[in-house]
Amino acid sequence: MSRQRLSFWWFVGTLIAALMLMLVPLPHVLEAFKPYWPALVLLYWALESGEQRVTLGLAFIFGLCSDLLTGVLLGEQALRLCVLAFIALRFRSRLRFFPMWQQTLAVLALLVNDRFLLLVVRAFAGESTPPALWWASPFVSAALWPFLFLLLDDLRMRLRLQ
Amino acid sequence: MPLAREESSPLFAGTAAGTLRLIFYLALAMVLMVLDHRNGWLWRLRYATSIVVEPVYRLASLPADGFHALGVAFADRRLLTEQNQRLREDLLLANAKLNRMAAVAEQNQRLKELLDTQHSLELHVQMARVIGVDMGAYRHRMMINLGARDGIKAGQPVIDARGVVGQIVDVLPNSAEVMLVTDPDHAVPVMIQRTGLRTIAYGSRNGQQLSLPNIPMAADVQAGDKLLTSGLGGRFPQGFPVGEVISVGPSATGMFLEAHAEPTADLDRADEVLVLHDLPEPAGPPPPVTPAGPPASEAPAPASTAALPRATPTTPASPAKPATVAQPAGTPST
Repeated sequence: MSRQRLSFWWFVGTLIAALMLMLVPLPHVLEAFKPYWPALVLLYWALESGEQRVTLGLAFIFGLCSDLLTGVLLGEQALRLCVLAFIALRFRSRLRFFPMWQQTLAVLALLVNDRFLLLVVRAFAGESTPPALWWASPFVSAALWPFLFLLLDDLRMRLRLQ
Repeated sequence: MPLAREESSPLFAGTAAGTLRLIFYLALAMVLMVLDHRNGWLWRLRYATSIVVEPVYRLASLPADGFHALGVAFADRRLLTEQNQRLREDLLLANAKLNRMAAVAEQNQRLKELLDTQHSLELHVQMARVIGVDMGAYRHRMMINLGARDGIKAGQPVIDARGVVGQIVDVLPNSAEVMLVTDPDHAVPVMIQRTGLRTIAYGSRNGQQLSLPNIPMAADVQAGDKLLTSGLGGRFPQGFPVGEVISVGPSATGMFLEAHAEPTADLDRADEVLVLHDLPEPAGPPPPVTPAGPPASEAPAPASTAALPRATPTTPASPAKPATVAQPAGTPST
């Protein structure tokens, strides 16, 4: 019983940590290379626990929270994370058994798709097109994916959490 | 086993219910975005949830503050001494300049009194600390630790020791969001210090620059020219440095000159900024006349109240304009 509760709090804790990491500033030079942490953590849980934990509703609420924190446009990240979660859940059974490099490529494709969505939303909101370096973020995120996945998986195993 | 697999996660085709749910959430998100874009709901919601949002910002800024503190704690003694020395020299220089300016300022004040203008050289500012929170790459925003409770309002200009940083766009109870001058949506009315040419400096689309896209072809603008706020537009007071021109060339249309400028303010490294409280002198046309009320019984009361505020802004406004432009010509005549 308590282990179940612990694993629930571990799940919530990683999500909150992702929001925090999104807000923590990097040195100015590295700012453009900042990975999109909420998407990475949500992807991990979507692949790991599937529909039991990550539903579209959760992705939506999580996106709304991060919208509220960054103050861009209410619903923007909710939309992006919903699409991300939907695709990840749809292809979960295949993505899970991919070798790591293939999984990383899939994550890269998902995140690039996410940037395209963001670009469309921004264009509709009347914001200017960002510079070329803006596209670097998905690549950094994808490069970090294997490490994040292994770290979170290892921690989960060690703590014997679901 | 195959039964269980089919129930929980189908290998290839998903269920129609899942797609419907996605469409529902996407529609919901779009409705939210449109409503927010039209009505600015997000900020009202943020204001309402500021009890949660603001501590999160403070928490997220802890690592940056920690690094700052570590930097100070482990800084080389020589480095600190050098910095101290430099600051002392700066202070000395600034004080010397101030002393020289004091006489001029006093004279200016007297002349202004003679001309009956309200413009003053004093600054009413509030010091604010920058909260180290990342508001997204290429967003050109920063958070400061003053908010509605400190009397901050949207639209107040923000400066640092070197020049204009930006203006406040959104206010929470204990913090506020500043839009930087480099934001593509931001524009400052500026004046080129050397020639007095007035134009507008927009934020640049690529990076940390300002762009001045509509300078007349015949205008005299060179690299190295300093840009000051012109005080037009009623947002930024006159005479604050904004940037320095780094390049001038014909614009894409070929009808104007386009200049690029580097902002003078230390936008990346600012730790402390000043929020200005005084508004620029009311320049430009007087506020629109309130239409005369038809009911004869209520006519005297609104007429007197409408006439009073209209009379007060126009008196400083009308002499203020010629005073700044044609001061040398005006003084001999008086």
